[in-house]
Amino acid sequence: MTRLNEANVIIAKEIIGRYPKARSATIPLLHLSQQQNGYVTNEAMVQIAEMVGATSAEVLGTATFYEMFKFEPVGKYLVNICGTLSCALMGSETLLHHAEGKLGVKAGGTTEDGLFTLERAECQAACTEAPCLQVNYRYRYKVTTAELDQLLDDLAAGRLDGEVPPHGTVARVRQHIPADKAVGPVPPDAVVAPPAWITEGAK
Amino acid sequence: MTDISPAEEVEAPPVDPNEVRLTINGHEVVSTKGEMVIAAAARAGDYIPHFCYHPRLEPVGMCRMCMVDIDGGRGPMLQPACMVPVSPGMKVDTGSPATKRAQEGIIELLLANHPLDCPVCDKGGECPLQDQSFSHGPGESRYVEEKRHYEKPIAISDIVFLDRERCILCDRCTRFADEVAGDALIQFNSRGNNTHITTFPDEPFASYFSGNTVQICPVGALTAKPYRFKARPWDLAQQESTCTTCAVGCRTVVQSSHDELLRYMGVDSDPVNHGWLCDRGRFNFESVKSADRLLQPLVRQADGFQPATWSAALAEAASLILEAKAAGGPKSIAVIGGARGTNEDAFAWSRLGHEVIGTPNVYSQMGDGLPADLLLLDRATIDQAASATTIVLLAPDLKEELPILYLRLREAAEKKRSRIIEFAPKQSGLTRNAWRHFAYEPGTQVAAVEKALADPEIAAQFAKGSVVVVAGRGNLAETSTATVRAIRTVLAANPGSRILPAFRRGNVVGALQVGMRTADGGLDTRAALQAAADGKIECLVLVGADPLTDFPDTDLARRALAGARRIVAVDTFLTPSALLANVVLAASAYAEKSGTTTNIEGRVTTVAQQVNPAGNTRADWMIAAELALDLGGDFAYETIDDVTADIAWHVAGHEAITPEALATAKDGIIAGLLPAMAQAKLLEAVIPERNSYDFRLVVSRTMYDQATGTANSPSLAHLATQTMVHLHPLDLGKVGTTEGATVKMSSTRATIVLNVVADPAVLRGTAWVPFNHSGANVGDLIDCTAAVNDVRIENL
Repeated sequence: MTRLNEANVIIAKEIIGRYPKARSATIPLLHLSQQQNGYVTNEAMVQIAEMVGATSAEVLGTATFYEMFKFEPVGKYLVNICGTLSCALMGSETLLHHAEGKLGVKAGGTTEDGLFTLERAECQAACTEAPCLQVNYRYRYKVTTAELDQLLDDLAAGRLDGEVPPHGTVARVRQHIPADKAVGPVPPDAVVAPPAWITEGAK
Repeated sequence: MTDISPAEEVEAPPVDPNEVRLTINGHEVVSTKGEMVIAAAARAGDYIPHFCYHPRLEPVGMCRMCMVDIDGGRGPMLQPACMVPVSPGMKVDTGSPATKRAQEGIIELLLANHPLDCPVCDKGGECPLQDQSFSHGPGESRYVEEKRHYEKPIAISDIVFLDRERCILCDRCTRFADEVAGDALIQFNSRGNNTHITTFPDEPFASYFSGNTVQICPVGALTAKPYRFKARPWDLAQQESTCTTCAVGCRTVVQSSHDELLRYMGVDSDPVNHGWLCDRGRFNFESVKSADRLLQPLVRQADGFQPATWSAALAEAASLILEAKAAGGPKSIAVIGGARGTNEDAFAWSRLGHEVIGTPNVYSQMGDGLPADLLLLDRATIDQAASATTIVLLAPDLKEELPILYLRLREAAEKKRSRIIEFAPKQSGLTRNAWRHFAYEPGTQVAAVEKALADPEIAAQFAKGSVVVVAGRGNLAETSTATVRAIRTVLAANPGSRILPAFRRGNVVGALQVGMRTADGGLDTRAALQAAADGKIECLVLVGADPLTDFPDTDLARRALAGARRIVAVDTFLTPSALLANVVLAASAYAEKSGTTTNIEGRVTTVAQQVNPAGNTRADWMIAAELALDLGGDFAYETIDDVTADIAWHVAGHEAITPEALATAKDGIIAGLLPAMAQAKLLEAVIPERNSYDFRLVVSRTMYDQATGTANSPSLAHLATQTMVHLHPLDLGKVGTTEGATVKMSSTRATIVLNVVADPAVLRGTAWVPFNHSGANVGDLIDCTAAVNDVRIENL
């Protein structure tokens, strides 16, 4: 069952309600489905298309534009080792080879136990801390091979469960905006009065 | 007096507030506000190379090929001419050194990944990329890297193939699919160097308009199955013509090579089709060269049909008609059909019927339209409909029956020019775009319209401006009475509104206008078939008419063909009805004959002969003229122009439509005021109470059915589905059935067995069945004289 489950359908409807146009909820819903399944499934995209009033092809086109949406199963931990200039100069290639050796998969592969997916990533904007990597987009700076071994062992043993949630988790605490606190979206076509920041400013 | 008061000063001519003057390549160009530089330049004769820009699509500035030096007041700079609107005093240089450098750079970049497989590419010879590489390219490349590789053509639909290696990502096909067709089923996938076009897995680009993407693709990335590897463009001979698949009258170019039809392309006719064609019209040329075509006349002998010479077959047909006349007088002869051919065909046959045979029983509709007198009402053009403030739909699903009219009205709604108020027994392709949708049960159209008219919001909408009523037959399983009354109710409530008849069959409007309609006291098709079934018809003449397939009431058609003493059929194929004839005269098909055709607006345009008639076939008008000679009449027609001129001479409203005038009228000529026709008598509409036959039947056509042109085109034939009954999902429980299950559907006449589809577009309590599909024949259930037809659905 890779469509959104019942609990997530309720969340999805709440998310859609925040936007003046249902289509705007496409990306948050893709995140939601990735959180549920670890990756974005075709079934989920069909369902999201139905919910936001788009075609499945439009949802696929939008989703595939973004690097962080995955369309095939990935491990519980996605390890992105930066391979761009600063990190490359500081030895990220050695780090990647080391990780490949330790995990027994080439970059881009997933370990057989489904725990790790290893990827070579583009610049992660932490050049001063090279070489750097991310585990499920959580940073590790100036990583040595020994630290990498330690990190992978800790992850495998579950010692970092509190710190690194499984792949796909956007946030562990989901925001719920009570109705009386919501902005109250007005569809662009239905806007008649100028916005408050203009009318208020004129006073 | 010396002083001149201001009032006497010579007034300067009023300046159009939307007028914009700019300079392109040193000469002044007058443009209008909002026009893009590329369009203004094109009008002024300064071509700016481009790939993604298309005048009928929203600009995106995707390919960067149209970068030219534009000086908007801050000095010249390279800007995409397709994205920059004209402004006063703007200076454009389309040949500056910077422009030239930019163009060469873009071509070099586009060719970095393009496979340059022009020798084996269908587009080679008519390819904008090839042409512009030649005219605006650098002639060499600095790229030595490996090119991008993709699986060679993938089928993105049953008809269209995509070669992603050739694609230059111009966004034309995707924009067309989304903006124009409303079927956003193809999209850009991934990004950067990996960007490519795809469909969603297992959801093909099944659009009725997919062929247009092939036509507008500026490279050979999109190709259509019927034309792949069939010809080189420089070997094609072509002529402009008009599509007669439905009655919209889209302008086309008909192309052939070695006397074989190979391709139709849409021509951008501003008042009609904007360059678009539906797939049915675009690809059904395959039926013209079908191996199953009837190639010579047949005469029934004791042992079945025997091929005959034209003189023998015509003599036989003439003697059948004379025998009939002798036996029962001219009124015992009925001529049905004429909507398949040209105006000239219809006119010759109408003269044969009315003048030579002398019967008033001549009619070209097949019991699936509306009374012909609706054509006398104030008629709207397609442009007027697509710019009306309010469009009222009392018509069949236009997407299925008049597809390009659907595109035009959809655009009007999408661009918020018009509001659509739809009355329909089932949701249609336009329901998504309708401002108000009123679902009515068959027979209750008038009540639905009256209820809507009573709504003050709708009344206010009507009062805002022009109203056009698109009028056609939404349901074949009821008489036209309720629809006609509903149309008249809308017209009465909104004096000054116009009507656009949504009659679907190829040239039905033309046939009715030039004379294929009943004279005083004549029998229309239903009445003629009824008379034949009652044994009162001595001879039935079927001019491209196949009542067994096309007349909604199959049982009546069957009894009529059995009851008619003699049958003369004229057709391109040996249709089920022609099989029962005594003589079958083999007719030439579309593109095998020239002439004129009339669309729903009354616009008369030319139809061109591009190939020689198949086998020993002849144009319908020639057959009529020859037959007239055998019956003692002489039309004195030698060429098609004689017939066209004769129509101009004899038919009211067609005075200006001469062969000479048509030769120069790019968009055809709209026929003038037609002669008076008596208002047709409507059948009484008593709607029975529901009883155990508890589903009210709704029957209409879909784009792909068993129509001759579709069924004999291999690329299209398999797109037609089996007959299935569509029920509202909440009605499935009432029957105790499930989606996909087989059920028994009975009317008081017959029972058919078919599968169930759950379809929320269907109104509860009604059952929708597509007409003329393979498998079960829903026509068996229909009584064409009943106000509504009720059916019982039982689980098998």
